[in-house]
Amino acid sequence: MTPLRVSIVAAVAALLLLFVIFELIRSRRLQERYAMLWLLTGIVILILGLWRGLLSTIADSVGIAYPPSALFVLAAFFILLLLLHYSTVISTLADQNRILAQRLALLEHRLEEERPSR
Amino acid sequence: MVQSFSKGRAEGRESRGTALRCIAIVPAYNEEASIGRVIEDIRDADPSFEIVIVDDGSTDRTAAVAEAAGARVVQLPYNLGIGGAVQTGLQYARDHDFDVAVQVDGDAQHDPAEIPKILAPIIEGDADLVVGSRFLGEGEYEPPVTRLLGIRLLARVVSLLVRQRVTDTTSGFRASNRRAISLFASDYPHDYPEVEAMVLVFRHRLKLVEVPVQMRLRGAGESSITFWRSAYYMLKVLLALFVGLFRRYPTPQEDHQ
Repeated sequence: MTPLRVSIVAAVAALLLLFVIFELIRSRRLQERYAMLWLLTGIVILILGLWRGLLSTIADSVGIAYPPSALFVLAAFFILLLLLHYSTVISTLADQNRILAQRLALLEHRLEEERPSR
Repeated sequence: MVQSFSKGRAEGRESRGTALRCIAIVPAYNEEASIGRVIEDIRDADPSFEIVIVDDGSTDRTAAVAEAAGARVVQLPYNLGIGGAVQTGLQYARDHDFDVAVQVDGDAQHDPAEIPKILAPIIEGDADLVVGSRFLGEGEYEPPVTRLLGIRLLARVVSLLVRQRVTDTTSGFRASNRRAISLFASDYPHDYPEVEAMVLVFRHRLKLVEVPVQMRLRGAGESSITFWRSAYYMLKVLLALFVGLFRRYPTPQEDHQ
């Protein structure tokens, strides 16, 4: 069995995380589409924190002797997932940024050409 | 049958002049096969409409075809998704001082001959946003079971939130008056905007009305909605609706004329 204290700490941390995510969405500092993965992370940590049997089962099945370690392994996995997700988001943004800069430059050039010379 | 509720009052001003300036906003992403027909049909339905195609970063000849058909084309530099595209059209409508904006999909599933129906409540001053619904008895639209479940669930949730019965929350066949145009031009949801927009309208104390319309089956092209994507969007929309409950919204200012 997972030590009770670890479970409580994990559950409280997860709840805190979920609340912060909620508040960020509410105040429009975080878009829903980028919050989905964060919410999933928070919910999974919360479930594992509360449902201690599940964590032990998972730990046993992958050969982790100390169940709380499994919690941190999973947390690390989700952090990796989030980072990877952000890498793809940044790539898209970089691409769009380039396209905007190009369009702006061409537009400026065209305006410049159309302006009657003085 | 017209659904309405008594709270809030739509602008009655529109009912006076018959010369309302109307614009049809057509968001289009790779619709070269159907966009010409859509433009033609809108013109047949009402030649006084200005038609603006918002080309959402198409990689085909959508913009060229639309221009050849005589429509105005606003070309986005890259794909913004339906929300961003529609909002661009509404910003155009706001900047060019239109009274009414009708949104018609570029895939020809909306029949422009039905435009007068969604226009009527706005002309009467009974609504700020009119949504054409496929589920109020007209036409026989039968979606696949899983989609029907999603449609029903969303209709139920949104009905609760806006305290009036709505049936077709994902319908993109809609008409907005000045107040709705100015609201949406500054604040329009992303990704899957139709559902949230209905709630947004209610939260801003604007008036929402659904009218029955017939829609065609999609002409050219596949629907872009797959099962997993729908499930994801469903969750995202429900999240957005839930969080939206805890936001505070300003009452709209009287529109200046």
